[in-house]
Amino acid sequence: MSLRSPLRHVTGLGSARGGASHWYAQRVTAIALALLGLWLFFSFATLGGATHGRVVEWLSSPLSSALAVLLVLTAAWHAMLGLQVVIEDYVADKGTRAAVLIAVKFALVVAAVVGVLAVLRIAFGAAA
Amino acid sequence: MAQRARPLSPFLQYRWQYTNTLSILHRITGVLLSLGFFLLIYWLAAVAGGPERYARALETLLSWPLQLVLFGSAFAFCYHLLNGIRHLFFDMGHGFELATARKSAYATAAGAVALALLVWWVARAGLGGVA
Repeated sequence: MSLRSPLRHVTGLGSARGGASHWYAQRVTAIALALLGLWLFFSFATLGGATHGRVVEWLSSPLSSALAVLLVLTAAWHAMLGLQVVIEDYVADKGTRAAVLIAVKFALVVAAVVGVLAVLRIAFGAAA
Repeated sequence: MAQRARPLSPFLQYRWQYTNTLSILHRITGVLLSLGFFLLIYWLAAVAGGPERYARALETLLSWPLQLVLFGSAFAFCYHLLNGIRHLFFDMGHGFELATARKSAYATAAGAVALALLVWWVARAGLGGVA
């Protein structure tokens, strides 16, 4: 007798599981990033000689800080989904794979939090 | 029962052609962009840290090894963007005709190089003005 009943074989183990939502989220974040990436490119282009003051002035406008927060979050999410697939494809050992996946997710979440806090500090005038 | 060696994915045995070149480049540039993401966060944190930290960060970012990384990121960004759009059309069921797929592949590759040079030049002009 085991704590684990045969039920685990029939619940949540279909071929798709979370695959469809992973696939869909990858595409939706891709479309968002194409737009946000172009925004970042044109912003850099118009910044000219970017002194600290000019960068702060640009990033502290409501539109820029909103788009910057969206860019940081969407990029982290898209990278997380993409790196997950790459790691699952190339890291064969189950234990190593789980460890690498968790480490990558931690790193991306930490980076995203640092990025969002940085934008908020700039937006609320703490960077001047 | 003795475990038989399982067959591996045959991706290393296929003849090298434009399709698998573009495919693996999409992965490689994706991984590179994930690293570039951390550079973007470093830059944002430096802006938030005030003028002195920002000046020091720019000095680091514009040192030649990192210029190389930045140019790599610029190329990765352009390639991943263009090929990503190509894949979105594939996902909607368009562009699978051999001639069309080949044309979009070459357009993606050439466009990525051209766009990367433009992005790098613009970003340098934008960020390098003070350094």
